[in-house]
Amino acid sequence: MSFITRGFTGRGRERDPRLPPGQTLVEDWPVLSAGPTPDIDTADWEFVVVTENGRHTWTWDEMQALGVEDVTVDIHCVTHWSKLEMPWRGVPLDKVFENVETTHDYVMAHSYGGYTTNVPLDELLDGQAWIAIEADGEPLSPEHGGPARLLVPHLYFWKSAKWIRGLVTMPSDDPGFWEQNGYHLHGDPWQEERYW
Amino acid sequence: MHLDGNAVAGALADAFGRDVTSAEASCGSCGARQAVASASAYVSAMGWVLRCVHCDAVLAVLIETEGHVRMSMAGVSSLDMPVAGGGA
Amino acid sequence: MTRRPTGWHAAKVTALHPETASARRIELEVPTWPGNDPGAHLDIRLTAPDGYQASRSYSIASSGEGTRVVLAVDEVPNGEVSPFLVEDLLVDDMLEVHGPLGSYFIWSPDSEERPVQLIAGGSGVVPLFAMAEAHALAGDASGFRMLYSVRTPADRFFASDLEGFAAHGSLQLDYVYTRQTPAGWAVPPGRITREVLEAAAWPAEVRPIVYVCGPTPFVETVAGWLTELGHDPRAVLTERFGGG
Ligand SMILES: Cc1cc2nc3c(=O)[nH]c(=O)nc-3n(C[C@H](O)[C@H](O)[C@H](O)COP(=O)(O)OP(=O)(O)OC[C@H]3O[C@@H](n4cnc5c(N)ncnc54)[C@H](O)[C@@H]3O)c2cc1C
Ligand SMILES: [Zn+2]
Repeated sequence: MSFITRGFTGRGRERDPRLPPGQTLVEDWPVLSAGPTPDIDTADWEFVVVTENGRHTWTWDEMQALGVEDVTVDIHCVTHWSKLEMPWRGVPLDKVFENVETTHDYVMAHSYGGYTTNVPLDELLDGQAWIAIEADGEPLSPEHGGPARLLVPHLYFWKSAKWIRGLVTMPSDDPGFWEQNGYHLHGDPWQEERYW
Repeated sequence: MHLDGNAVAGALADAFGRDVTSAEASCGSCGARQAVASASAYVSAMGWVLRCVHCDAVLAVLIETEGHVRMSMAGVSSLDMPVAGGGA
Repeated sequence: MTRRPTGWHAAKVTALHPETASARRIELEVPTWPGNDPGAHLDIRLTAPDGYQASRSYSIASSGEGTRVVLAVDEVPNGEVSPFLVEDLLVDDMLEVHGPLGSYFIWSPDSEERPVQLIAGGSGVVPLFAMAEAHALAGDASGFRMLYSVRTPADRFFASDLEGFAAHGSLQLDYVYTRQTPAGWAVPPGRITREVLEAAAWPAEVRPIVYVCGPTPFVETVAGWLTELGHDPRAVLTERFGGG
């Protein structure tokens, strides 16, 4: 049983050719959380990359020293909202992986608080992904993933893990948190890769 | 802002065919028992996540895909609920 | 407590009244409703012409047998569902509802005779009002107290009914005003404190059942103080509405 509710349209859902199928433009920035918001001081923050060959770690200052750049990207949430031309600042993952050797093709992103999400390694390189520290001209607030989150704008936004803590390379494409629970392993918004 | 298990009573009732907010769930991580209603619920358009009120471990996850509801209860080691006319 | 089947129902809006400047009382006629216990809630699901759906939970201010279901909804600015319910809904509109829900956060006149402490923040008073009304109607002997935290006198839900229960002695009613008090009120406006809670609520020694409902931060703060004040955590039942 389901019927149309007279007068209900939901939030405005406009069309724009820059929007992938099934997406709607929003002006605000909705917050989606699957768990408590961790409170991380940049003095304690540490970023780690783990491969079959060992560990690489960066402190907050060491990460910034790799080189922060400005980017303007569109973001697309699987819950049907998109934000266009959003200004961000972050360290490109190309810099992070400059001295990292691995034969693995996939990466599991791990967050403070335990969240995980899987991404193919080659989709994090060539200017496609960042460790982001600012958005809309402001340091990232804890509710939006601060002090640092992964930013992989060409995939649905759940791949842009909030409160990023490290990347662990892996030989096969194992599912992260949402991917284990029914969301798509890859998550390309232009292909509408929402669910398994 | 998180909610609690009361907020997911409807989805659980669809899955179990009855209200389970007063059922006692044991956490698979820390072992604590809690009424489903008192577990923490993180509800968003992606789905909802029910977490142990004592240790924040994930108890259950529910997502709705086109035409399906998929629920994982991997974090619950047992669910204890009264039966109608029981208790004697 | 009776076990009532939960299901989806078609509800017709039969009456709408302003409850406060920002909230509305909504009366529904639900022909297939199995009745509900005091404290239960339901989910409302709205469907747009393109198939888009949104659903939210609302506590039920009414209880008992019968097919009349009363809600009270506060408008959350820029919310998706509450502004529709408070501003756009019309008498004779149809709504899809799922319920009754909740076997945990309920009180019923035939439960164990024990003092009851109700603690409400804002619209969190709705399920607690249903309990207070059921208690008043049943002439139940358990001692009922309500501590109600609300922004201003004009923001009180069910003000005249609650005053009536208090006047008849079925409810001891205390208010905490957070933004503005009535004229001549003894204390300046401010958030609830542990001291106010301790002074107004049943003490732990009388083993009350305590129901706490409202915005999540309010519920967590009050529940924490109750534990500190010696209340048995299993006798402190909570329902979080979100927001803040
Ligand atoms: C079990 C249960 C029973 C409830 N009973 C009632 C009731 O009887 N009466 C009632 O008015 N509400 C009740 N609520 C709250 C209700 O379900 C909605 O959350 C509320 O109406 C806001 O929905 P919305 O779509 O308008 O806002 P949304 O579009 O969901 O939210 C818009 C913004 O407001 C914030 N927000 C969401 N909920 C609240 C809130 N409750 N208070 C303040 N800010 C909020 C969000 O964080 C978001 O930023 C209940 C909630 C639960 C879980
Ligand atoms: Zn636990």
